[in-house]
Parts: sequence; C-alpha cells; structure tokens
Amino acid sequence: MIRADVAGLAYRGRTASIGFARGPFIRLRAGENAARTAGSPSDEARALRDAIAASSEQIAKLAAAAGGEAAQILEFQVALLEDDDFLDPILAGISEGAPADAAWSSMLDEQIADYNAASDEYLQARSSDLADLRDRVLRILRGAEKQAPRIPSGAVICADDLPPSHFLEIDWSGGGGLALLRGSPTSHVAMLARARGIPMVVQLGALPNAAMALLDGESAMLELDPSAEQIALFERRREAHRKSRASARAILRRPGAIWRGERIKLLINIQRVEDLDHTDAQYADGIGLMRTEFLLSAPDGMPDEETQYRTYDAVLRWADKRPVTIRTFDAGGDKPIAGFTPQGEANPFLGVRGLRLCLARPDVFKVQLRALARAAVRGNLKVMFPMVTVPTELEAARALFGDVVADLQGAGISALLPELGIMVEVPAAAMAIADFRSSFFSIGSNDLAQYLLACDRSNGALDALVDPLHPSVLELIARTAEHGARAGLPVSLCGDMASDPRCIPALLHCGLRELSVNASALAQIKQTIDRISHGGADG
Amino acid sequence: MLETSANEPFVTGKVRLLHAAGMHARPAVKLTKLAKRFQAQISIRASETADWINAKSVAKVMAMRAPRDSTIEIKAHGEDAEAAVAALISLVAADFPEASA
Repeated sequence: MIRADVAGLAYRGRTASIGFARGPFIRLRAGENAARTAGSPSDEARALRDAIAASSEQIAKLAAAAGGEAAQILEFQVALLEDDDFLDPILAGISEGAPADAAWSSMLDEQIADYNAASDEYLQARSSDLADLRDRVLRILRGAEKQAPRIPSGAVICADDLPPSHFLEIDWSGGGGLALLRGSPTSHVAMLARARGIPMVVQLGALPNAAMALLDGESAMLELDPSAEQIALFERRREAHRKSRASARAILRRPGAIWRGERIKLLINIQRVEDLDHTDAQYADGIGLMRTEFLLSAPDGMPDEETQYRTYDAVLRWADKRPVTIRTFDAGGDKPIAGFTPQGEANPFLGVRGLRLCLARPDVFKVQLRALARAAVRGNLKVMFPMVTVPTELEAARALFGDVVADLQGAGISALLPELGIMVEVPAAAMAIADFRSSFFSIGSNDLAQYLLACDRSNGALDALVDPLHPSVLELIARTAEHGARAGLPVSLCGDMASDPRCIPALLHCGLRELSVNASALAQIKQTIDRISHGGADG
Repeated sequence: MLETSANEPFVTGKVRLLHAAGMHARPAVKLTKLAKRFQAQISIRASETADWINAKSVAKVMAMRAPRDSTIEIKAHGEDAEAAVAALISLVAADFPEASA
C-alpha cells in the first residue's frame, strides 16, 4: 500500500487490461444461500440433472448474446456439464445419500483447490471458471433468485474474483473498470476485459470501502476517495495514454511507411482467412505470406481442389489489386501432418519437409497447384516454395506447375502460371542466391537462424543462443537483399524478426525494403520505422 | 504401430503439443469435442508413465496438465479407431485451429 501525498489511498496490483476508469466504487459480494434439505437419492439425482440442464441453457444464452471469444470461454463450462466422467462421482455420492448441493459443491471445491494448487498460472486461472459454474448450479439447486446487481454506469467494480458469466451480466456500455482483490491476468475474465477495452487490475489484496475510485490499468494502480490533486494527475495520465494510442493509429492510416525518403512496403502474414478480420489488416500493402498448412488439418482429411480454390479466391478478393503471396504446403519439421509427413525421421528439421515433401508427394501437391493456377486469374497472386536448397527443386516445381496449367487450359478451365519465388531459409540457398531463377525472394528468418546457428528453435534451453541479430544471420540477409537490388527482384522478410521493433533498424540497414508482419504488429512496426526515420538514435 | 489386446487391435499415435499454454481450457474442449464424434474408445496420456485417461472427458484432459512440448500419446479401439487417431493427431499438430471446416 502506498500512502499518497494528499488524502486518498493508492493500491498497486497487476495489470490485466489497460485503460482508465473513474467512477463510484462498488463492491460485489457472493451471496450465501441456505443449504437445501435432501430428498430421496433419486429426487436429489433428478434435482441435480435439472439444475445442470437449466445451467447449460443459461450459459448457452449468455454465450449466444456475447459471441466471439466470450462464447468460446463459456464452452469450457458447457463441456464440463456434458462430461460423464466428471458427473459420475457426484451422482455416486448422491446415491449414497448425500444431498445434491453438498455432493456438487464438495466435488467442485475439490477440483477448484486442485487447480489453485497448480504451478501453472493458466490452470490456476481456470479455477474461477469452475467457481462460476459451482455457484450457478448451486443457486438453482438452492432455489435462489438470480440476483443481477444494479450497477451504476462507469463504476469501478471491486470483487474478490469475478467469474466470466458475471462479467457478461454487467452492462459495460457506459464504461467502468474492474478491480479484483485476487484474480489473474491470464483468467478468462481478463481476456473478456481486454476484448471489451475495460481496464482491469488484479491481485490488489485487501481494500477498504470507499465511495469513489480511480483505476489506472496502465500503471496497475487503484486510488480510493482521491483528492483533487490525484484526480488531476489521473486525468493527465489518461490524456497522455489516449494521445499515444491515437498517434500509432494515425501513423497506421498513412499511405506508406517511409524511411530516409525510401518507401518501405509493409505486408501481413496470415495463417488462415479469418486473420483478415483484424481491424489493422486493411492498412497493409498486401499479403506477404499466406500459410496454407491449416488446410491440411481439416478433420475430413486432405482438402480437395474446390475447397482450396475458394479459400485462395477469398483472400485474393479481399486484397483486390494488392499482391498476395501464397506459400505452398510447408509441412514436416515441427509441423507434422498425419498421413502426409514422414514418420520416424530421426531429425525432422533436416528431413523431408517443405518443398522436398511436396515434390515427393505429387498426388497432394498437384491438387494445390491446380487450385492456385485457377486462383491466379482472379488477382495479383504470387506463389512461393518453402525449404528450397538447390535450383533444381525450384525447376521441378515449375515444371509440375506448368503441366498443371496446361492440363487445366486444355480442359477449357481458365488458369495461369503465377510468378514463382522461393523462401530463403536454407543457408546454402542464401549463399548461392544468384543461381535461382526466382521472380522474388522471401527470407524465412526463423529457419535461417535455426540452421545457421545449429539451434532447434523449439528447444527452450537454447533461447539465449538463437539470436536473429547474430552477424551471420544479418550477413546472409544483406547478401540476399543486395542480390535482389542488383537483379531488380523484390526481397522481403516474413519471419518473426520483421514483427520485432528491436530488429527493424538492422533489417533496414541490411537493405530490406519489404517486411511482412503479423497484423497485430503492423501499427507498432510502422510507428517504429517512422520514429527511426526521424533521426532516432538507432536509425 | 499396432498392439493387440483381447483380439481387438489398438490404433496408436503420438503427437507433440505445440500450444503455448499447454493443454488448457480451449484446446481441451476442442480435443474432447472431436473425440466425441467417434464411436471408438479413445485414451490419451501425456507421458509414458502416466495413466491412460478418457479423451472424451474434458475434466480428465484438463487434469492431465500436459505442458507445452509434451508428447501426447493416443490409443483407440473400435470401428473408426484409425480415423479417430488421425483426426486427433491433426488437431494437436495444427495447434487447435479455429473453426475447423
């Protein structure tokens, strides 16, 4: 606890969701209802089943009203209520004479304690979901009225912890904030608060009652019954926060990123079509990498040509005239696909993966190439091949692609051979880059670093060694960029480095003028380029 | 890989868990939902010394507490056991994609 200079008390917790709220301080307390009087075991079993059915229905309604992430969070509760392995011991307790509410809550309490004891923060956070479920079923079993507390608009709500379904029952349309005595930044309610933009601070410890509160989600601070001076300081912090966000948004909306007078193209990486729903995606100069492996994991096996064609076409339509680079299946390595990738390889990262695997499996590869050739007539499509070591692999893929296009055209189906390029991720390819007849290059810095530094990137023990800024990695990036500039071929980088503000100065100095980043990093990377372009120390 | 038990063959498979948070709520819900689509009895475990648990029970799958990078072993028997194991492996290998078509 920090004693503020004047009057009001200030408490620090942990940030769960940033933002600012100023309003009345409202405490929520869990209501205790009387235990029920037990009937016969069969009455009790029926009462529990009815309460479970009623709870499922309530949760389903909440989920339907909330949609999106909230609905997914509530799915866990619904799944528990449909889990016989979970319910059987409770029903067994009832058949031995326990009242339904006692049997239910003792089992749930046991599970909650178990989750709380876990060393993993994610599991600890799930205990509030279980408490939510326990209380909902208990309220129904004990015949309590559903109490929907009246909460004034814009209030700072204080509770021990807040279950996700209570969060959804509160009307947040007038703003407000959440101050929890316990809770966790990784809890479901924290995800909901972030999604709604509601400031939330957790782990505040014991708090007195108060009439008014200031909640600052950025510095994880709660101030109770603040003085005029505290309010003035709070409003100043709120305004600074608003301005900094507005400036990143304003830079994002500018037509292009400029570094020392040169245009830097910023494209986005997508894993699946839904990634285009991100609000910032529209500001990208195109799609620098569309991964296609998700198509391979559909529950009904390998995707057919039509499914693939519709997927690629949807992305091209979204992009309109902007370029879209689609990468052919990059399975193997750390991305095994049952029935496709080889089993039992001693070292899958050095095994039959990427283009190597596709060339070995023309049955699967040709279906993808047919779908891509048909999509190529619909927009600005480029196709790139992953994990290429030598030029003959690129030529083999080009020949196969050419056959596929000829077959389609022969059958009267409109199709085109798109521009073809390679991923630069095998050091040998980077060092002999001029040998490739490639229309463009895209540097896969994650694999390039892994192979250069001889570090399995999925091995956490090597984190300190896997440094993408190692001179050897930068050397090969610079060589590739130089070759591109000399030959007049575009070179981009689509690995994690491009989304990391600390790597941007080095990448620009290596000569890269195209970066492909995650949509969520677009605003920050554009702001970073703008900042270092304006004479920042590292620009 | 085939084992035999009471003349009924088990289909088995292994896959590494890539999910950053391990087998937590959303992956567990997705896995059990998919498992319930099959008639086969399906069991999983997260290490060679652990007990096999029912892959259709979300409570059990959560309680397994499989951390990131652990190897999930799957075994199934019944008519559609092979398809079940393949589907579960794909789901875990693809890191529990949203909206499976």
